[in-house]
Amino acid sequence: MKLKAATLYRWFGHGWLGLGYLFLYVPIVALVIYSFNDSPIPNVWRGFTLKWYTALASDTEMLAGLWLSLKIAFLTACGSVVLGTLAAFALVKYKRFWGRTMFSGMVNAPLVMPEVVVGLSLLLMLVSVQRALGFPERGMMTIWFGHLLLGMAYATVVVQSRLMDLNPQLEEAAMDLGARPHQVFWLVTLPMIAQSLVSAWLLTFTLSLDDVVLSAFLSGPGSTTMPLVIFSRARLGLNPSVNAVATLIIVVVAIGVVAASYFIARAERQRQRDMAAAAKG
Amino acid sequence: MQRLQHVFSGRGLVIAIPFAFLLAFFLLPFLIVGKISVSEMETVSFKDLVTYSDGVLALTLKFSNYVFITQDSLYFKTYIASLQYAAATTLLCLAIGYPFAYFLARARATLQPALLMLVMLPFWTSFLLRVYAWRGLLTEGGWVADLIVDLGLDQVLLAAGMISSPGKLMHTPFSLVLGMTYTYLPFMILPLFGNLAKMDLRLLEAAADLGATPWTAFWKVTVPLSKAGIIAGSMLVFIPCVGEFVIPELLGGPETLMIGRVLWDEFFSNNDWPMAGSVAVVMVLLIIVPLALFNKYQAEAQERH
Repeated sequence: MKLKAATLYRWFGHGWLGLGYLFLYVPIVALVIYSFNDSPIPNVWRGFTLKWYTALASDTEMLAGLWLSLKIAFLTACGSVVLGTLAAFALVKYKRFWGRTMFSGMVNAPLVMPEVVVGLSLLLMLVSVQRALGFPERGMMTIWFGHLLLGMAYATVVVQSRLMDLNPQLEEAAMDLGARPHQVFWLVTLPMIAQSLVSAWLLTFTLSLDDVVLSAFLSGPGSTTMPLVIFSRARLGLNPSVNAVATLIIVVVAIGVVAASYFIARAERQRQRDMAAAAKG
Repeated sequence: MQRLQHVFSGRGLVIAIPFAFLLAFFLLPFLIVGKISVSEMETVSFKDLVTYSDGVLALTLKFSNYVFITQDSLYFKTYIASLQYAAATTLLCLAIGYPFAYFLARARATLQPALLMLVMLPFWTSFLLRVYAWRGLLTEGGWVADLIVDLGLDQVLLAAGMISSPGKLMHTPFSLVLGMTYTYLPFMILPLFGNLAKMDLRLLEAAADLGATPWTAFWKVTVPLSKAGIIAGSMLVFIPCVGEFVIPELLGGPETLMIGRVLWDEFFSNNDWPMAGSVAVVMVLLIIVPLALFNKYQAEAQERH
């Protein structure tokens, strides 16, 4: 009887996980399959084709959007990692400073704050500044500011959780051996948190590459990012060119993420072996 | 002078740079929105931004923005509906996500990194495109639409008031809540998993030794211990859902009003920036309690070490 209950429990668990993953992956699989559909009416399968992909090569609107999005995503990822690392350091290393509660609140709020609110308020501020000083014009730079705010919040969370797991004795030991604070940071702390910086960089890069709402508020004439192009087409209905773009993005991201996590895991194992060896030595 | 030196020391800069950035790009914009939505409009900086040329007229209009939002039944209904859709999404995410996170946390340790990776992976692929994919799945002839109609589930949804005519699933409350549940499910699973994976399993053994059935032990030990994860996950789902724009725009219909869409339309279609500002301020007031809860949880999680 007891065995039966345990078996039931196990199958229920497997079933639930299986259905959950099905739910998460069915839309992605459908997107990919219908990108090869020869029919202009999506949902009606009429045979295999690559024409949507070849059409993409001459889709100047989409390509211009992609180029702009990649530039913004690169700058966002770099800026977010720097700001996020500083913020994470401030929160982990310094338990007391003026305005700390407000600081941590402001770091975390963009994680959940509805994007329409963040976008609108940033835009109204930038417009006020522009009226007073004559810059910045709405465009790539203003989109970058918005993405930085969002990216910084995510980067802080990623770096912070790594910093909290660090053994403070290693830094203390370096200090005892005469290292100056900046030497401790560059030679001891940074190598230990390097993997989390890579994760944070990749995460903020994809976040920026995907953002619609902040970009819509902060973009100006001539600065239409790729998600804005996709969104305006998706709004009008089903569009095979969107499926083709989606498939390309999914393939690139899947390869990138799997490769990155493989290298991160390998570096982590190496690090642990080194530490074990050092402990023995 | 000494204070200034303090700010420019290493420690000072580590705090001051991100702090200044957040003050300039997060707090200041909020203050400006608040000011624009309530203060008089004859200030030079915003006069020509609004379509009303007469400052006095604009001032009366400003007050009427808030009066309008609180008294106009459409705005009121939209706020209530946004909260309801967000709450329904949160409950669904919890109902699906809790068992999911639970079984994930109890899965074989060697499999866990790969399984967790599979939860994260959709999160890395474009959110916009995954929402768009549901359009194809839910319109007539789509895989999921066919399945639901074949199983007769559309009758159930019809009876529950989630759709208005059998077989028509897109642009209904059903497609909206489904899309939001799908999008935010990983945000529920990950904090719950983090919490459940860290749980001390000896507590369950102790409960069993004391005569508790697995079912009782689950409700009396596991669930209370995962309270922090439940709160974090629920807030990560609920708060952004209240102001969600892209999902209602792509999957919702004319009758599924959500406040994020209203704000967007006030801004982009009506060009009424002060009105959009007022809508934003009221939205922030609605989520301020959950937001405080979320911040408290985050702060506690960060101090725990």
